[in-house]
Amino acid sequence: MEKTVTVSVFTENSIGMLNRITIIFTRRHLNIDSITASESEMKGVFRYTIVLRTTLEKVNKVIGQIEKLVDVLKAFVHEESEIVHQEIALYKIRTNTLTNGDVERVIRENHARILTVDPEFMVIEKTGHVAETQLLFESLKPFGILEFARSGRVAVTKPMKELSTYLKELEQLS
Amino acid sequence: MDITKITGAQAVLESLVAENVDTIFGYPGGAIMPIYDALYDYSNVVNHILVRHEQGAIHAVQGYARTSGKVGMVFATSGPGATNLITGLADALIDSTPLVCITGQVASHLLGTDAFQETDVIGISMPVTKWNCQVTKAEDIPAAIAKAFYIAQTGRPGPVLIDITKDAQFGEMEFSYERCTKIRSYHPKPEVNKQAVEAAALLINQAKKPFLVIGQGIMLSNAEKELLQFAEKSGIPVASTLLGLGAFPNNHPKYVGFLGMHGDYAPNIKTNECDVLIAIGMRFDDRVTGDVSRYAKQAKVIHVDIDASEINKIIKADVPVHADAKDALQLLTELVSEKEHTAWLQEFKSAKEMEVRTLQESAALLQSEELKMDEVIKMVSKITNGEAVVVTDVGQHQMMTARYYQYNKTKSNITSGGLGTMGFALPAAIGAKFGAPEKTVVAIIGDGGFQMTLQELGTILQSKVDVKIIILNNRFLGMVRQWQQLFFEKRYSFTEMISPDFVTLAKAYDIEAAKIETRTDLEDALLKILNHKGSYLLEVMVAKEENVFPMVPTGASVSEIRLN
Repeated sequence: MEKTVTVSVFTENSIGMLNRITIIFTRRHLNIDSITASESEMKGVFRYTIVLRTTLEKVNKVIGQIEKLVDVLKAFVHEESEIVHQEIALYKIRTNTLTNGDVERVIRENHARILTVDPEFMVIEKTGHVAETQLLFESLKPFGILEFARSGRVAVTKPMKELSTYLKELEQLS
Repeated sequence: MDITKITGAQAVLESLVAENVDTIFGYPGGAIMPIYDALYDYSNVVNHILVRHEQGAIHAVQGYARTSGKVGMVFATSGPGATNLITGLADALIDSTPLVCITGQVASHLLGTDAFQETDVIGISMPVTKWNCQVTKAEDIPAAIAKAFYIAQTGRPGPVLIDITKDAQFGEMEFSYERCTKIRSYHPKPEVNKQAVEAAALLINQAKKPFLVIGQGIMLSNAEKELLQFAEKSGIPVASTLLGLGAFPNNHPKYVGFLGMHGDYAPNIKTNECDVLIAIGMRFDDRVTGDVSRYAKQAKVIHVDIDASEINKIIKADVPVHADAKDALQLLTELVSEKEHTAWLQEFKSAKEMEVRTLQESAALLQSEELKMDEVIKMVSKITNGEAVVVTDVGQHQMMTARYYQYNKTKSNITSGGLGTMGFALPAAIGAKFGAPEKTVVAIIGDGGFQMTLQELGTILQSKVDVKIIILNNRFLGMVRQWQQLFFEKRYSFTEMISPDFVTLAKAYDIEAAKIETRTDLEDALLKILNHKGSYLLEVMVAKEENVFPMVPTGASVSEIRLN
C-alpha cells in the first residue's frame, strides 16, 4: 500500500551528493514530493529529508541502495507517526489589499506573522504542515497573492538515539 | 632546503606505481596529454597497451581484472573518450569488476563552458560507477587515486572513475603517497554474524534436500577452497550461475550444473523441489529465477552476500548472512555435519540423463549435416581439458559455451553476464591474456558480436598478444532469431546478417586464420589453432537456425523449463 514516507539521509559533504541520491529514485520511477538538505547537528555531516509516496517495500530497497553509496553515513525511512516535521511558507501580497482590517483576522486565525511591510507589498510567514500552510493560502487568495513559496519538509525523529551514536557504531565496524 | 616538486601528471604515474599497477589499457587525446607525456618515462615500469577504441580498453581491463584478480586500469581522454567508456562501466558495475578509469578533462576554468571535448563525465558516469570524483588540483591527485583503488577492490568490487582536469595534470605539487585503508562512511567488510551462521547450519543439518547455488562472489572473495571443503563435508549438490562457472570444478561429483534460462534441466527443476536453498555470492538475477513468485517457494532460503542491499532484494531470505563468502563458508563448514545425500544427488543425475537423452533425440530428428555449436564447444573443452580461459560474447554461442565447456579452473570464465554487452569478447580476451599470460585464452564469439568491436584486431596486431578467436557464424543474430521463431511467429525482423570474409580480414591484421564448414575438419582445425604460437582466428560455419535448449521462457517458472 502506498503511503507518505520520509527518508532521512546523512552524508559527507561532497560534490554531487544530491545527484547521487536522487538518481536512485529516478531509476526506480519514483517521484519525490519534496526534498531539503542542510548541515546536521554534526559539523560536516549533511542531512537530506526526502518525502515521497510509495510502498514500504519499495522504499526499504531504495534505502539499501542509498546506504551503498560510498559517501552516505546512514539512511532511514520514517512513517508519519515516527517524526515531528514542519514546512515554512512565504506569501507576498499587495499592502493595500489588507488595510480594511482583515489582515489582523487572517494573521490571528492562522497563527501567521508578518515578516516585512513595504509601501507596495508585505510578506507573511507561516510554518506548519502542508495542510495548514495551504489553508492560509486559500484565505489569502481572494486578496490576490503576488508570490508564494513553500519549503520542503524538515523533520526530526521521535526516538532518542542520536546521530553521533550511529556514527560511533559505524566507526567500530571498520 | 629544496623540495622536489613533480607535476600532477607525474603524480598520477607515481600513485599507480605505488598501487602496483603494471598494465594500463588506454587511448590518448588532448585532455589527457600531460599524463601520456609522463607515461613516456614510465614505459619500463608499466606496460601500456594502445587499443583502437575506448570501449575496447575498458572491456580489455574487465578481462584483465577477472583473470588476474587485480584492479584493471584505463586511461581515456575527455569528451568522446570518456563517453566511450560508459558501456564498459555499466558492465563492470553489474558484474562486480574492480576497475579504475582515469579520464582527462578540460582545464578547470573551462568547466561548464562547452569547451572542445568537454562533457559532464561525472554526471554521466554517476549511475554506472561504484564511486567517481573530479580532481581540479594537482595536490589532490594522490589521495583521489588511493581512495579509488581502495573502493574499487574492497567489499563488492566495482568500477571507479577519476576525472582529472588538464590544469591539475600540469600543476606542480610535493608528492607523497598513502594508501587508503579506511573511509568513515564505507564499511566493505562486514563481520560475520555467528548467530546467523549457526541458524544456517541448523537448517542445513536438518535438511533432507539441501541445494547450494553459487555465484561469482565465490571467486571475488577467493573462497574456492572453502567452497570445496563445505560441499565435500556437507555432501550438498552445487549448481552455478553464469558468472559463477569455474568457481567449483565442473568435473566434481557434487557439481550438478548451470542455473537459469538456458541452464541445465536438473538444477532448475530441483530449485523448486529442494527444502533448503543456500545461495552464496549470487544475486538472484531474473535470468536465474524465472518467475520470482514461483521460485523456491517450498524452500527455506539462506542467502550469503557481502552486499547488504542484495539480501531480500529479490528473494526473501529466511536466514540472511551479510558476510564475505570466504568467512561465512569457513564458519559454516565447521558447523555442518558430514553427510552424503546420495539419493538426492541421484535425482539430479537422473534428470541430467533425461536432458541429455532428449537433446540427443532432437538432434537426431534434424539429421543435419551442418555443424552445431555444441559440437564445437565440446571439442574445445576436450582439447583444452577444461583448463583454458574461455571468453564469450553475448547470445546463443555464449549460452552454448556456458552449457558445454567444462570449466575446471577458477577465473577461467570471462563473459558479460548482467549487462549482456555484445562486442565484449574480443577486447576482453586481449585483457584476459595480459591478466593470465600462462593460460591459453580462447575467445568464442558470434558473427554479430565480433563485428561490434573487431577494430581490436589492431590491438592484437600491435601488442602481439596470443588470443585464439573462434567465430561461430550462423549468419544470424541467433538469440534474437530464436526468440522471433518461438515468440514472434518467425518474423525474422532484421536478424539475418551478411558478414565480410573474416579470414581475409584477420590476415589484413597479420593474424593467422582459417574457415571450416564440415564436421570432419573440426578436430584438426581446433588442434591447429590451439597449438599455434600466437593469435589465430577460426571461423566455423554452424547451422543457421539452431536453437538453445533447455529454456525457461520469460515469465515462466524454473520448473517449467522446456527441453525442446
